[in-house]
Amino acid sequence: MSRRVAIGGLLVLLAAWPWIAPRYFIYLASLVAVNAIVAIGLNLLSGYTNQLSFGHAGFLAIGAYTAALLAMHARSIPVPVALLIAGIVTGLVGILLGVPCLRLEGLYLTMATLAFGFVVTEAILNLDGLTHGADGLRVPPAPLGRWQLASDTSRYYLTAAVALVMVVLAVNVARTRTGRAFLAIRESEIAAQTSGVNVALYKTVAFAISAFYTGVAGGLFAFVVGYLSPDAFDLVLSVDFVTMIIVGGLGSVPGSIVGALVVTFLHDWLAAFQNYRPLIFGAVMVLVMLFLPGGLASAFPRGATR
Amino acid sequence: MNLDVAEGEIFALIGPNGAGKTTVFNVLTGLYAPSAGTARLAGQSLLGLAPHAILRAGVARTFQNTEVFRRLSARDNVLVGLHSRLCGGPLGGALGSPRVRREERDARRRADQLLARLDLGDVADVDAGSLPLGRQKRLELARALAAEPRVLLLDEPAGGLNPTETRALMGVIVALRADEELTILIVEHDMDLVMGISDRVAVLHYGRKIAEGRPREIAADAAVVEAYLGREDSA
Repeated sequence: MSRRVAIGGLLVLLAAWPWIAPRYFIYLASLVAVNAIVAIGLNLLSGYTNQLSFGHAGFLAIGAYTAALLAMHARSIPVPVALLIAGIVTGLVGILLGVPCLRLEGLYLTMATLAFGFVVTEAILNLDGLTHGADGLRVPPAPLGRWQLASDTSRYYLTAAVALVMVVLAVNVARTRTGRAFLAIRESEIAAQTSGVNVALYKTVAFAISAFYTGVAGGLFAFVVGYLSPDAFDLVLSVDFVTMIIVGGLGSVPGSIVGALVVTFLHDWLAAFQNYRPLIFGAVMVLVMLFLPGGLASAFPRGATR
Repeated sequence: MNLDVAEGEIFALIGPNGAGKTTVFNVLTGLYAPSAGTARLAGQSLLGLAPHAILRAGVARTFQNTEVFRRLSARDNVLVGLHSRLCGGPLGGALGSPRVRREERDARRRADQLLARLDLGDVADVDAGSLPLGRQKRLELARALAAEPRVLLLDEPAGGLNPTETRALMGVIVALRADEELTILIVEHDMDLVMGISDRVAVLHYGRKIAEGRPREIAADAAVVEAYLGREDSA
């Protein structure tokens, strides 16, 4: 019961946010929603299935450029469909990366994802006929029927609505057969196999879902930020995503959201101390790992986080 | 080495450490690929099948040093065991389709039944890793049973259990064979268990079978006594 009240309160806060928050915080909340979707996607791959990725900025870029190009060249496509396409395209790329990664474990897998991130930014730079290379793309407002989502508030509602849907879908996946197969792989691949889980298949499914989530988030990112250039999708961003799920809690959907919230706001507050940012982020990570190994999510009662 | 296990039998594999008992299980469950030989279940070859396919063919197992999913609840452990019995995919799960909801409800009920059957009903929500060893072993058994196997491989089910726990486990195994029409292979060092419940026993020594027969015959076999228990003068 108290859980329902808490969720209801959160929904009211989400809906009322543009009226109670200063304009800049509306934009920041949109970024939190985008990052939360990425963190959930990354967590399904890394926290649930134990395949750590340092390449999710690459997936985000693919989703972002797909949605931006659709908004520029196919304006009749409404934004939900464009986001879905961005997710599917990115999901397919996720499968293409996931299948060869089946042969890799631990550090080697992580290195492969890291390389993938670099490959994506290089590809964007070199496909300059399509992506305008290092000059970047100005993203037109998202089309939705007869409207253009041109204000911070309209973009906020779009991202918040999509994020809500993605959270519900992720919670459902996590607590049914697929999510249990992911967790079983994380806990013991041998026992998962001999319990009937096709480990190769489910690792690939985890890559696909994770990339799909990040692709949808990338589409939203394009519209929220309004300008794309390859240098925005660097390794630092991938590391930020990993920080979110470690700080929030590996293997937890609510933890992913909390992690996205904390890291996004920290980023913003530390904007004036650019040079100290890695130091502060590192310190936060170490403190969380020392005192809350399960992430911030583990500080809540278990019933509330599952 | 050749082993023929009849349907409905409780068959024990014994032998000194390093005799290759667990290796037999690892071959039968697809974890190891043998360089030569065959493995069949009711005429169907098991070799070349992936472990998850072998489970679907009807062979489930437990592990010598328990392999429970430590950070999952006992109920979730059994639900993973039900994996091959369920069919909900990621999309149906994400969208919460009525079929998946019904399947999940039934699966939870089935998992709770299995937990209750193995006296784990009170720890359904407890992380498997924090259960005492005896209960982890029962949980592994529940997880294996969830797949409704035809053949159950138990790798040292009594290892680390005290005599009372072992006796209770023997009762469970015998009851399981009767109720579920299971064929059970057991690798075990505990002679009370082996002699108490098996129909036939095979003795492995350095990868070869040196004896096979009824428990009483095996206990009296001089070669077995020497290989397994050591010569009388060195024991």
